[in-house]
Parts: sequence; C-alpha cells; structure tokens
Amino acid sequence: MMGLDPPIDMIRDILSWGLFLIGGAGVVIGALGIVRFPDFYTRLHGAGVTDTAGAELMVFAMMLQAPNWLVLSKLVFIAIFLGLTSPVATHAIAHAAWMTGFRPMEGPDLRYDGDGK
Amino acid sequence: MGRILVMVVALSALWLLLSGYFDKPLLLAFGVGSVAFTTWLAHRAHVLDSEGIPGGVFPGILGYMFWLTVEIGKANLIVARHALAVEPKLSPKLFLVPNPPRTSVGKVIFGNSITMTPGTVTVDLREDAILVHGLTEELSDEDGIRRMGERVARIERRR
Repeated sequence: MMGLDPPIDMIRDILSWGLFLIGGAGVVIGALGIVRFPDFYTRLHGAGVTDTAGAELMVFAMMLQAPNWLVLSKLVFIAIFLGLTSPVATHAIAHAAWMTGFRPMEGPDLRYDGDGK
Repeated sequence: MGRILVMVVALSALWLLLSGYFDKPLLLAFGVGSVAFTTWLAHRAHVLDSEGIPGGVFPGILGYMFWLTVEIGKANLIVARHALAVEPKLSPKLFLVPNPPRTSVGKVIFGNSITMTPGTVTVDLREDAILVHGLTEELSDEDGIRRMGERVARIERRR
C-alpha cells in the first residue's frame, strides 16, 4: 500500500487543481459575459456560466480534497442545493423582467422590437 | 403513510450527515425530536403530497441528471466562446417550445433544465408551452429542447 499512496494523492491533487482552474475560469468568463453582453436577458446567460461551470466544478474540486466522508456528504448537499436553486433564481429574475413589460433585444442586429409575444 | 416514512428517513439521513453525531444519546434524542416535529409540521401544512415528495421521478431522474450535465458542459463551452470573442456575434430570440410533462414536478424539472443550460433561459411558463430566451441561433435549438421535454415526460411515466 505504501508504494501506491503517493501517486493516488498526486493524481487527486492534479485532478482537483484542474477542476479548480477550470471552475475559476468559468467564474471569470461568466463575469466577462455579464459585462460584455448587450442587454439584460443576454447578460443572464453570462451569469448561467458562473452558476453551472464555475460554482459546480469548484465544489467538485473540493470534494476530491475532502478529508473524510462527512465533509464529502456536506459538499454533495451543497452541489445538489446549488443546482436546484440557482436556475430558480435566474428564472425568477427573468420572469419578473418579463412581467413588468421589459422586452429583450432580438435578431442579429440586436434591435428592440417589442412585438410582445 | 408511505410519504411520511420517506420524509422521516430523508430528514434523519440529512440530520445525521450534517451533524456527524452517531454516539451521543442526548443529541440523537434532540435529532429524533426535531425530525418528528418537522414531519408533523409538514403533515399539518399538507405539503407531503406528490409535489413535496416527488418519488415518481426516481430512478429515471438519475440518468437524466447525468445526460443534462453533459449537455450543460457542451452549452457552457459555446457561451464561453461568445463571452470571450472579440466581436460577439449574438442573435438573441424568443421562442415557444411545447411543455409535454403532465405533473407540475415534471414541468418544473423541464423549465429548470432549460434555465440551467447556459444560452437558454425560461422566461415564461404557460399552460402547455414554455417561452424561452436563447442567446444565439445555434443555442436556441428548438428541436433539441423539445427532445429534452419528451425525455422529462418519459421519466414521469416510469412511475
């Protein structure tokens, strides 16, 4: 077993570092999207990258580093509840904007049509 | 009665895993008390129905979650490319997709899946259709979203 342990630790570190870096990149890219996209509805899509790729991958990376299975189960709960609640929050914001009569830009020219489907 | 049992087991598992106390009788007794009290409150509030304890979606939901994770990964790459592009070529649009799931739990799973996939957001939930906002033509894949809805409807039927 002693000969096997160090490589497993190293593989775990490499995997979790990779996930941390990809997740961090996801958060940064999502933030860039929020700043760069033109209107409210398109900015929500940028936030979607932060919600899914960013947050979940970083929780997965933490799961690989969990010292025992109690911590692991708590991280699993965080991942599940994050996955269940973040789309609800996004939908609540989008639906509130829609119900107050705010219409999105449409088409490749990014024009406000306001045809109100 | 079955739903009460599921609720008790789920709450007990949650309490044990979050607290980590397995051998302290006093604290375990408090745990039993809080589980019983919560279950009684939920029963009294009449939330222990097919929406509160959606047992019907198991086990189909597990395979669906795996499939959805792959889809979310693919959509993430596309949206990330647009966020990083020097000149983002967006063509946002609104479109209606049919909402095949019969139960409210299925409709919520479908709507949340659309929102969770980057590039599409559920804007309005109607009786038999969902109004979706898509970031680009490529991401507003109506056929793909329709197939996702049929997949959710299949999960429901397995009960």
